[in-house]
Amino acid sequence: MTSISKNVQSVSASGIRKFFDIVAEMKDVISLGVGEPDFVTPWRMREACIYSLEQGRTNYTSNWGLLELRQLIAQHLQNLYKVSYTPENEILVTVGVSEALDLALRAIVDPGDEVILFEPCYVSYAPCVTFAGGVPVTVETSAETGFVPSLEAVRKAITPRTKAIMLSYPSNPTGATADRKSLQDIVNLAREADIFIISDEIYDRLTYVGEHVCVSSLEGARERTILLNGFSKAYAMTGWRIGYACAPPEVAESMMKIHQYVALCAPITAQETAIEALSAGEQSVQDMRAEYNMRRRLIVKRFNDCGLSCSEPRGAFYAFPSVKKTGLSSEEFSERLLHSKHVVVVPGNAFGASGEGYVRAAYATSFEKIEEAMQRIGEFVESLPQAVGAL
Amino acid sequence: MNDLHDILKILEKDGRITSSQIADMLQKPLEDVERVIAGAEASGVIRRYKAVVDWEKAGDHRVAAFIDVKVTPTRGVGFDDVAERIYNFREVVSVYLVSGEYDLRVVVEGSTMQEVANFVSQKLATVDRVQSTASHFVLKRYKEDREIFADAPPDHRLAVTP
Ligand SMILES: Cc1ncc(COP(=O)(O)O)c(C=O)c1O
Repeated sequence: MTSISKNVQSVSASGIRKFFDIVAEMKDVISLGVGEPDFVTPWRMREACIYSLEQGRTNYTSNWGLLELRQLIAQHLQNLYKVSYTPENEILVTVGVSEALDLALRAIVDPGDEVILFEPCYVSYAPCVTFAGGVPVTVETSAETGFVPSLEAVRKAITPRTKAIMLSYPSNPTGATADRKSLQDIVNLAREADIFIISDEIYDRLTYVGEHVCVSSLEGARERTILLNGFSKAYAMTGWRIGYACAPPEVAESMMKIHQYVALCAPITAQETAIEALSAGEQSVQDMRAEYNMRRRLIVKRFNDCGLSCSEPRGAFYAFPSVKKTGLSSEEFSERLLHSKHVVVVPGNAFGASGEGYVRAAYATSFEKIEEAMQRIGEFVESLPQAVGAL
Repeated sequence: MNDLHDILKILEKDGRITSSQIADMLQKPLEDVERVIAGAEASGVIRRYKAVVDWEKAGDHRVAAFIDVKVTPTRGVGFDDVAERIYNFREVVSVYLVSGEYDLRVVVEGSTMQEVANFVSQKLATVDRVQSTASHFVLKRYKEDREIFADAPPDHRLAVTP
């Protein structure tokens, strides 16, 4: 009897989907479970896309992506972070960061190689490592240390089989950012161990406190870093499926080799729109960030006010409050909240075991909905028997 | 940006938001926010609070027109005196001094087209130094004060995504 590969079978379907079916049957649900902007792509960019279609731009592009787009990406990174990448052979336009991540892993991982992940982290990392034939090795982090692991913990996780460390700040689901010193320390470790760094910086522009540190800009990092970024979050372009990877030529060429056979190129309409985003989208980014920032402060205050301790998320659009005081597990909390108050949050353990005791609440939703959702969460927490003694 | 600027931007979008919500959104003490707002109200930076109303939808079919007004320039006198004579009429919604072929752009509202037309010919056109007028009746309001007068597109996002 033929069967699905053991490798694929070893990965379970995303836990997030579970809530999906329940929600579909409910009315007046407020979802704080959405991992994408509530803004639609700014009209200026959509309009540029329509124009490109009118002009008949419906062809394949170079495997690397449109040169004009790669040049703009190079300039963008130079302006923001003073890092230089050559558009011709170090920048690859991909089908979202999702594809870029897969390419990066497949380009560097041999069967059995270990890739270090800091958990809680984005749901795709561990499965993609497995699909690439690697072994995910997790380093747990907690709110107490701002979801950045101690250097000791990272050092301990490194073995002779380690091939890469995966970084992702600002983080989905925690909203955590990492400061220059912590990142430089990790880069130094990677140099000592001679391993790659894959840095997913898709939320870089949604940093509210302090400056975003681009890992490639750190001393000694560029030569071993695969920088992943995209348009989904900063420009509200999730459905367009466009992102990019920057890496030294040998790595970029290898990623391109896979990309040319599995994707050929990123969609040209998305590439044309990304060109408009980088040329004229800065004000939109600033406006959206300002809006998220206000919601961020509001939701954090509301969580703390209702007794769910929530440390300040400095980036992305997620709050990651602790629900430990309620005596419920992440999943119990989320399921009961959904059933009794019709509010969706995502249980923290969907992002790794160390996410247990937390829930992820996305504030990529309107101010009014956040207030309403937080009102309901407050009532829910108060209705719990444990709450009285615990709060 | 300073507090005043941030607070004004919030209020410009939603005049009914409470001071304490603003304080939470900006992570500022409530007293500071209240003080800044009171100051802005007292100094006239905040003129007043209002709602953006879709009168069409409310079943109230008002008539509005943009009236371009050409004014004879007179030595030593700007446009302010003419503008003042015009903006004091209750039919006048707004008055702007503009560049181009005409000098003033006046927005007039009334309950019928006839009423607006009469107002223009009898009151506006006869103001001293008004040389000529050109009326443009509003046929449909698409967007006003950054508010698009069409139903907002539904949220197409899935309820839960990673
Ligand atoms: C940390 C992180 N990386 C990558 C992605 C996927 O991005 P893209 O839409 O560019 O594939 C997401 C989307 O939620 C994310 O949160």
